[in-house]
Amino acid sequence: MSNGFSGRFRGMAPAMRGFCLFVVCLAPAGVALAEAITVVSWGGSYARACQQAYHESFTAETGIEILLEDYNGGLAQIRAQVDAGAVHWDVVDLEMPDGWLACQEGLIELLEVTELPAGVNGEAPEDDYPGEYVTECGSGVTFYSTVFAYNSNYLTGPPPQTVADFFDLEKFPGRRGMRRSPFVNLEFALLADGVAPDRIYSVLATSEGVDRAFAKLDTIKDQVVWWEAGAQPPQLLADGEVIMSTAYNGRIFNAQVLENQPFVIVWDGQALDSGFLAIVAGTPRYEAARQFVQFANRPESIANISKYISYGPVRRSPRALVDSHLATGVKMQPHMPTSPENLTRAVRLDWRWWSENRDDIYERFSAWLAR
Amino acid sequence: MKHAPNAGVVSANEGDRPSAKAGRPSLPGRKLGRYGFNAFCVAGFVFLLAPILVIVPLSFNAEPYFTFTEGMLRLDPEAWSLRWYESVAEDDAWRRALVNSLIIGVAATVLATTLGTLAALGLASPSMPGRTLVTAVLISPMITPIIIVAVGVFFFYSSLGLGQTHAGLILAHAALGAPFVVITVTATLAGFDRTVLRAAASLGAGPMRRFFRIQLPLISPGVFSGGLFAFAASFDEVVVVLFLGGLEQRTIPRQMWAGIREQISPAILALAVFLIAFAVVVLLTVEWLRSRSASAQRSVH
Amino acid sequence: MKRILHLSATAPRLGALALVLPLLAFVTVSFVIPLGTLLGKSAYQPEVARVLPQTIAELREWTGDGLPSEDAFAAMARELTALGENRPELARVSGAINRVQSGMRGVLNRTARRLARTGQAGSWRATLTGIDSSWEEPATWLAIREAGARFTLRHYLHALDLEQRSGGGIAPKAADERVYTPLMWRTLLVSLGVTLLCLAIGYPIAYMIAASPPARGRILLLLVLVPFWTSLLVRTTAWIVLLQRQGVINGFLVSLGLVPDDGRLQMIYNMTGTFVAMTHVLLPFMVLPLYSVMRSIPKSHMAAAVSLGAAPLQAFRRVYLPQTLPGIGAGSLLVFILAIGYYITPALVGGRTGELISSQIAYHVQTSLNWGLAAALSSILLVAVTVLYLVYSRAIGIERMRLG
Repeated sequence: MSNGFSGRFRGMAPAMRGFCLFVVCLAPAGVALAEAITVVSWGGSYARACQQAYHESFTAETGIEILLEDYNGGLAQIRAQVDAGAVHWDVVDLEMPDGWLACQEGLIELLEVTELPAGVNGEAPEDDYPGEYVTECGSGVTFYSTVFAYNSNYLTGPPPQTVADFFDLEKFPGRRGMRRSPFVNLEFALLADGVAPDRIYSVLATSEGVDRAFAKLDTIKDQVVWWEAGAQPPQLLADGEVIMSTAYNGRIFNAQVLENQPFVIVWDGQALDSGFLAIVAGTPRYEAARQFVQFANRPESIANISKYISYGPVRRSPRALVDSHLATGVKMQPHMPTSPENLTRAVRLDWRWWSENRDDIYERFSAWLAR
Repeated sequence: MKHAPNAGVVSANEGDRPSAKAGRPSLPGRKLGRYGFNAFCVAGFVFLLAPILVIVPLSFNAEPYFTFTEGMLRLDPEAWSLRWYESVAEDDAWRRALVNSLIIGVAATVLATTLGTLAALGLASPSMPGRTLVTAVLISPMITPIIIVAVGVFFFYSSLGLGQTHAGLILAHAALGAPFVVITVTATLAGFDRTVLRAAASLGAGPMRRFFRIQLPLISPGVFSGGLFAFAASFDEVVVVLFLGGLEQRTIPRQMWAGIREQISPAILALAVFLIAFAVVVLLTVEWLRSRSASAQRSVH
Repeated sequence: MKRILHLSATAPRLGALALVLPLLAFVTVSFVIPLGTLLGKSAYQPEVARVLPQTIAELREWTGDGLPSEDAFAAMARELTALGENRPELARVSGAINRVQSGMRGVLNRTARRLARTGQAGSWRATLTGIDSSWEEPATWLAIREAGARFTLRHYLHALDLEQRSGGGIAPKAADERVYTPLMWRTLLVSLGVTLLCLAIGYPIAYMIAASPPARGRILLLLVLVPFWTSLLVRTTAWIVLLQRQGVINGFLVSLGLVPDDGRLQMIYNMTGTFVAMTHVLLPFMVLPLYSVMRSIPKSHMAAAVSLGAAPLQAFRRVYLPQTLPGIGAGSLLVFILAIGYYITPALVGGRTGELISSQIAYHVQTSLNWGLAAALSSILLVAVTVLYLVYSRAIGIERMRLG
């Protein structure tokens, strides 16, 4: 018989006491980080770029710590937290359509454009932000776009040049990466089906148009690898898991310049959208969150992002500050989604259409996917 | 731990004498069959172990790929490196995840082991009313699909304000771990001779004394291995954490999940090797406890 | 504690109960009640009725033919105006009604916003229809009434791919609109397939362990237990590393020249990935019960049969196999039960075509926020598992479950 064991277990009562102490200690541990906000963003190289561009200087200036959480878009978590009245996320980097919808639904706090900081030369913010990127709950911050890209190591023949090539299984057999979301994919499908970029949303306005987009997606459905996080497509391309993939242009750029990946971006049909920093409704850390959003909207914060990733300012005055990539010295202008040669056949995402139709299209998309 | 062998099943076909006419295959044929069988079994073991073993050397790859480079095969020291281990050790996120895993795991284990052991003692008593039903309820967390547990716990705990808290995860993990304790302790108690307790009582030992001096030492291997099971269950659990946990409750599996979904760098393999080592230690401990429990019970008799 | 232990000596029934009670209470609060709320959510939806009480009351009076009365329009307008002030509540209600009829989220949000700005213009009916023509359609009002019912089987109909016909009665949806029933079938078939694979691989392994001399048997058993104890995520990661296009197996095949470099095999993010990884993860759950049954079968039985002239295969089939049936039953049921609820492994290696019903549950909880549907799907899965669990405990006995 073991005295060791009985000895240890004779201490059962103290162990219980210890446990209670332990639980009591845990509770204040959560509260101790008083001045910290949770900022939710897209992870990977984009989140890192934001961190370096302005999170660190924000903490240095205000003393407010930033806890950086990743997500893959969507309003689910925000709705859940607001519904439950337990808000853990303070600031969320939303896609424009989600931002607009969230504002409509009261999921995020109001923030008039006039409350944002002035431009480089003191321009009033309401004149500095393009009107179509302004909502009652804040304004678009950085332009980014969804493009498609391929790895020239694996795709050695004549390169794909248009969105139609992306859907062409005969010319380019092999698997493709696409985001697991109807967002942007419907636009790509119609472009590939011959719809002109500026006609996309008038076609989508009818249910026949939506059917047409899904029918086009049907043609490549079996060959698609669906990604969720923005960090996945560069990985899928690097691993040769897919021959081409839709992706955020900045992630591909970073893989090109920082990891020397032989990726090529096809700008044809790029879907231009803007990121949107929103304060979650009912956050107990509203003041700190507001300070953060204002800091992020400063012209120098926004311009700084382009030193780390190829995303550019939505507001006009800092656009001239975009210069070169900090780590490699690459000139950034040609890599920006907003540079004129990249914009020739661009689709500007219509966030009004998406916020009206989001729920229905998402439901249809998930049912389509599950079949 | 060992449950009674299934003594009820004696050959049902006793009267079914095999026909003597059945042709016996020639000796080489039988040998071939035996080789085939052994080869199949070896293949089965390879299937079981190879995936785990393959990632051990790959975690020392100097390149960020998942294939054995030529250098590695030539055992070129240049091709092997500890860089992924360093990157895990230096990464704050992994360190925080380890702390969270330990806090949640230890607390859940203490809770599950204490309550589970008491319950097993009660269940072992011959006079326990409604034993089958009670056992079914106590074991149910183990059988319920984890996705359902996670969803249910997410809805209910969030409405109580326990969403994204350590406490919520501890409670959920304790409920998931308790069945393991109940099962292991019950199994140990099955081999426990209650006459020993009666003997002790007749010699004047009080109930407390009888419990701590006789019963607990005898069942302690079961308690301890049940606790290990509960800890391992919590340490490996990711679905409930996915639904209920937030940024500040990221555990090791949750962090791994994020890594696997986005990009599997060999850093994840380095961590995987650490977890495999952990598994082997736990396994050997449990086996040691089991043999100990068996010999302890023999020595009582 | 002292008192309980004392009690267990004097009044055994009470004592035993007192020992069990803490865990029973704990499991009830931390586990059983949450599952209960989940079941509740699948059929109980008080939100809309709580927030729009007058409108719902008015709509109950309405026959459903044509448009409801002016009173209903007025109640709707009043309650929507009030909701304009409470944006989170408006979001919730419009979301709930939108789930009954798509497009309603926009209609309600738009109307609430406009009402707050402009107020009444003419009759309430004219005001509302002036804001949005949807208010002229009976379907709009039917949707609100439907969403306002506290108890509903709507989510179950949805989960079973059934629909309410306009003329009453329930019928299955058109084949190309079914989503969940095919997925349930797929889940069942995959679980069955994985169970059979586990049996096919696990049976010989268990036999080999049981037939080996004790020392070697113990080592072989440890080899089964190592993967059993290894983190699920580690094992899944291992399969990704092995199976992906630039992974170990493809690399090996290419270096042998068996597969061209541009024709690497697709073994992951599809059904193959799900099958391989799930079989691996669940195999120990098959081997262990089989082994513990086989261990108790005297080797002399087979030897006797063979010495009586039976061919080894025949001896196996007539003598050995029947004795291992309890182990086969226990292992198979366990593997099957675990397989139909699996989430992590299919989600990581299954891709779109290798997904199981659990993924849809997660999707509706986390992404679509259709919690009622998620709860209904969960309840259906839970019923299936409970039935199997009862079979298991009847046939095998739950206390016999062997761990490691």
